[in-house]
Amino acid sequence: MTTTIESESGQPIELKSRELAGVLAWLLPGLGHAYQGRWAKAGLYFVCLMGLYVHGAYLGSQSGPDGVGAARVVYFEGLNFNRLAFFCQFGIGVPAWPAVIQHLRVSGGSKPLWNGFMAPPAKADAPYARDPDLPLAIRASGGDLHARLHRFFELGTVYTMIAGLLNILAIYDACCGPVFPAKNEESESEVEGKSAAA
Amino acid sequence: MPPIAQINDLWFALPPIVVVSLVYAASRHEDAGPLLRHAVRAALWIVGFMAAIFVVLELLLRAV
Repeated sequence: MTTTIESESGQPIELKSRELAGVLAWLLPGLGHAYQGRWAKAGLYFVCLMGLYVHGAYLGSQSGPDGVGAARVVYFEGLNFNRLAFFCQFGIGVPAWPAVIQHLRVSGGSKPLWNGFMAPPAKADAPYARDPDLPLAIRASGGDLHARLHRFFELGTVYTMIAGLLNILAIYDACCGPVFPAKNEESESEVEGKSAAA
Repeated sequence: MPPIAQINDLWFALPPIVVVSLVYAASRHEDAGPLLRHAVRAALWIVGFMAAIFVVLELLLRAV
C-alpha cells in the first residue's frame, strides 16, 4: 500500500510500501529512500553513514604481511554478549554481514576467510591460533588487536557503532517520513533566529 | 608511525559530529534549507556540550 505525506513546504513525499522501504533502508543506508525516489536523502544517508562506517573500519585495519588485517573492529562472537558493540554495528545492514559469516565459519572450527577481514579474534584453543606459519591476520588474538591497533581499536569501534545506530533513524525516516518538529518548537527557533538577526 | 597516528585526537571527533548532526536533522526535515539549519544548530549543541565537559574535566584536573 502506498502512503503519501507532505513535507514542510507542502511537497508530497511518496513513501510507497513502508515495510519494504524500511527493510531496504536497513540492508544498505539510503537504499530505502532511493526506492521511494527521495534521491537527495538517499545520497545524504549513504555518504554519511557508509562514510563513517568505512572510516571506522579503516581505523581498525592494519595492512602488510605482518598486519592484523582489515576491519578488525567489526566482529561477531555469537549471542553470548562478548562483543556488545556488534549489536550496534549490525544496524548498518549488509556491510556488517561478513562478520556473521566469519563467526559461523570460525565457530565451526575453520580458519577465517578473506585474510581475517571482520573475523573475530582467535581463541587460545582454536586449532589455527598457534600455527606460526599462518599470517597474523588469521591467528590474531584479542590482545594482538589491541596491541597493534592501539587507540584506533576503540575509535574504529565507536565510529562503526555510531553508523549502525544512526541507521535506525534512517530506517524510521524511510518507514514513516521525517519527524517534523512540533509547531511551538519550530516557532521558538524562528524567534531565536529573528532575534539573532536583529 | 603512520600519518593518521600523528593527527591530534580531537580531530577524530569531527566526522561523528558532522554525521550525527546531518543524519539527525535529516530525520526531522525533508527540505534542504531547514535540514541544514537544523544540522548546524545540532552541531553547535554537540560542540558546546563537549566544551562544557572539557572545562569540567580541566577544572577537576587542576583541583587534584
